[in-house]
Amino acid sequence: MEKRVLFRATWLPYLLLAPQLVIVGVFFFWPAGQALIQSLQQQDAFGNSVTWVGLENFQALWNDASYVESFKTTMLFAVLVTSLGLSIALVLAVFADRIVKGAAFYKTVLILPYAVAPVVSGILWAFMFSSSIGVVTYGLRQIGFEWNHLLNGQHAMALIVMAAVWKQISYNFLFFLAGLQSIPKSLIEAAAIDGARPWRRFWTIQFPLLSPTAFFLLVVNMVYAFFDTFAIVDATTKGGPGKETSILVYRVYFDGFKGMDFGGSAAQSVVLMAIVIGLTVIQFRYVEKKVQY
Amino acid sequence: MKLKIAALALFSALSLSAQAQTEIQWWHSMDGALNDWVNDLAKQFNGSQSAYKVVPTYKGEYDQSMAAGIAAYRAGNAPDILQVFEVGTATMMYSKGAIKPVAEVMKDGGAKFDPKIFIPAVAGYYTAPNGQMMSFPFNSSTTVFYYNKDAFKAAGVDPEKAPTTWPEVVSIAAKLKASGNKCPFTTSWMTWAQLESFSTWHNVTYASKNNGFGGLDARLEFNSPLHVRHFENLGNMSKQGLFVYRGRASKAVNSFTTGECAMFVGSSGSYASIKRDSKFAFAESTLPYYPDVPGAPQNTIIGGASLWVMSGKPADHYKGIAAFFSFLSDPKVQAANHQRTGYLPITMAAYEMTEKSGFYKQNPGADVAVNQMIKKTTDKSRGVRLGNMVQIRAILDEETEQIWIGKKTAKEALDDAVKRGNEQLAKFQAANK
Repeated sequence: MEKRVLFRATWLPYLLLAPQLVIVGVFFFWPAGQALIQSLQQQDAFGNSVTWVGLENFQALWNDASYVESFKTTMLFAVLVTSLGLSIALVLAVFADRIVKGAAFYKTVLILPYAVAPVVSGILWAFMFSSSIGVVTYGLRQIGFEWNHLLNGQHAMALIVMAAVWKQISYNFLFFLAGLQSIPKSLIEAAAIDGARPWRRFWTIQFPLLSPTAFFLLVVNMVYAFFDTFAIVDATTKGGPGKETSILVYRVYFDGFKGMDFGGSAAQSVVLMAIVIGLTVIQFRYVEKKVQY
Repeated sequence: MKLKIAALALFSALSLSAQAQTEIQWWHSMDGALNDWVNDLAKQFNGSQSAYKVVPTYKGEYDQSMAAGIAAYRAGNAPDILQVFEVGTATMMYSKGAIKPVAEVMKDGGAKFDPKIFIPAVAGYYTAPNGQMMSFPFNSSTTVFYYNKDAFKAAGVDPEKAPTTWPEVVSIAAKLKASGNKCPFTTSWMTWAQLESFSTWHNVTYASKNNGFGGLDARLEFNSPLHVRHFENLGNMSKQGLFVYRGRASKAVNSFTTGECAMFVGSSGSYASIKRDSKFAFAESTLPYYPDVPGAPQNTIIGGASLWVMSGKPADHYKGIAAFFSFLSDPKVQAANHQRTGYLPITMAAYEMTEKSGFYKQNPGADVAVNQMIKKTTDKSRGVRLGNMVQIRAILDEETEQIWIGKKTAKEALDDAVKRGNEQLAKFQAANK
């Protein structure tokens, strides 16, 4: 009993797709293609002497032990940001969904951090945790905890994870809340009549019905952690101490825009692109099977 | 209608007169009070003649304005004058055809130009091996030593006598710590102050080929016994709580101005802000050195920035730039700059004029930086000119942090930094053949 609308004209779908295709082409495929080309070149800052070097840029990365090390750092960072960001946002959304009084205020406040640029988020957190003038550092010292992200790699990692998660929670929260509100009330009421407590109702009804939202957010958060977080690192730790918080995308940014090494930076972004494409494919292949639409 | 026509006529007349003036775009990184200074300089020059109009534009911090200038050049839209920080010097100098050497600009512009009027350590930094001056020294600072006199008093140390050697710094730090001070010594610019300036101050090489002045095939040499000894010393101080690491670049300056750290090595350019923000008596002094090293103290290294002239502009632009640079070289302008900003006087005449005016008597310590700089430089102390310097400094930050964490010894850290830094140098050499 499927009902289908057929368009006879062959040009119409293309016409309707055209604006989107142009945007994707200009803003995604063109830069990606440029990165691919530049990754095979070595050039001076001004682009006056460009030589083709084949895979030399990639070879240099492979031989750089610290580059391989930053893979691990990046994976740890991405997993922490994604899991914390999703779970905290989910908890907040569940509570916001149940709240009756002052719901609008509560939601607005939770959505606010999304309007903050990553670099501003980084600066805010760096200020609070600054070793000499930070409010939080001072508070921690009062209870006998010496915070020092300048020399303690774990503190530094915690700092960038907090800044990155804080900024992303609003986004996740919005989607989770919308997902929760689109679950028919009748289902939950029926379960309540059958005697299911809130916790049980959440796990057996709401959570499975949220899985498409959760899956979408998983992909988006992974991409966020991999690509959009360089400004946070730049504003807080600059990759230090040592290379403990030097995630891949920060190195791309640093080598390209501060170091003016365009070939090396492009090679790194190609590697990063390949990783994220690979991860997304895996997620769609395996994780999506568990999603109930 | 009449009004409209009149307005139109007025407008076209105005734009005509504006067109007759050649506009010279100047991109810079001077913010806050320094932005006012740059604008005042442009205003003063623009008011002194009518043929040219210098238009200064703030383009973000040093690395940002340099990136913006390079991107604009690639798009065929470069400014006439670009202010570039000292670590970008090699990148600008070796860029083929992107810049026009200042000496050439002055000659073509018909302006009188004598590179000898500049302080040697400043001019040398921006001069090519063939003696041609490549960029115009604008704002130069150097590394100096600051200490908190009140903290010295509290620890029973003579506040009028600054430590001049590293052994003295260590013994005073120990006294400060014994009196309850949590941060006796800290430093900003670990790389610039404790390695680059440290090397020239002790007249030892930082890199081969006269620290890179001799060509692109220079390689790093800052893992010498003296360098290792210095970082072992700092490492030991760190372990004993005599030296507290307070972050990369200029981050540590806050720890001094808040009164937390008692002794501090930083930029002479920080003098004004420390004076404004600190609530204690402090003094500026020369960098400490190791007294058993022959030839020490020599001279410290400059930081700050110079003005580069971009290539491919019409001839009248270069005439305007030459006129502007002649204006900037004027001893009166130079001396006023020095006294206003705390940057080094760039010419000897400006220094002498400032001294005669009694400025240094009224502002004790303001001449420390100058005295560190006006010595005749040696091949080892002229400066450091290496490609991919931004990366090398980042590598050094990463590696030296391993010493304070205790993961590497001073020798291991410096050896690794030399190895990784040399890869960057080889890369730069290959890209700029």
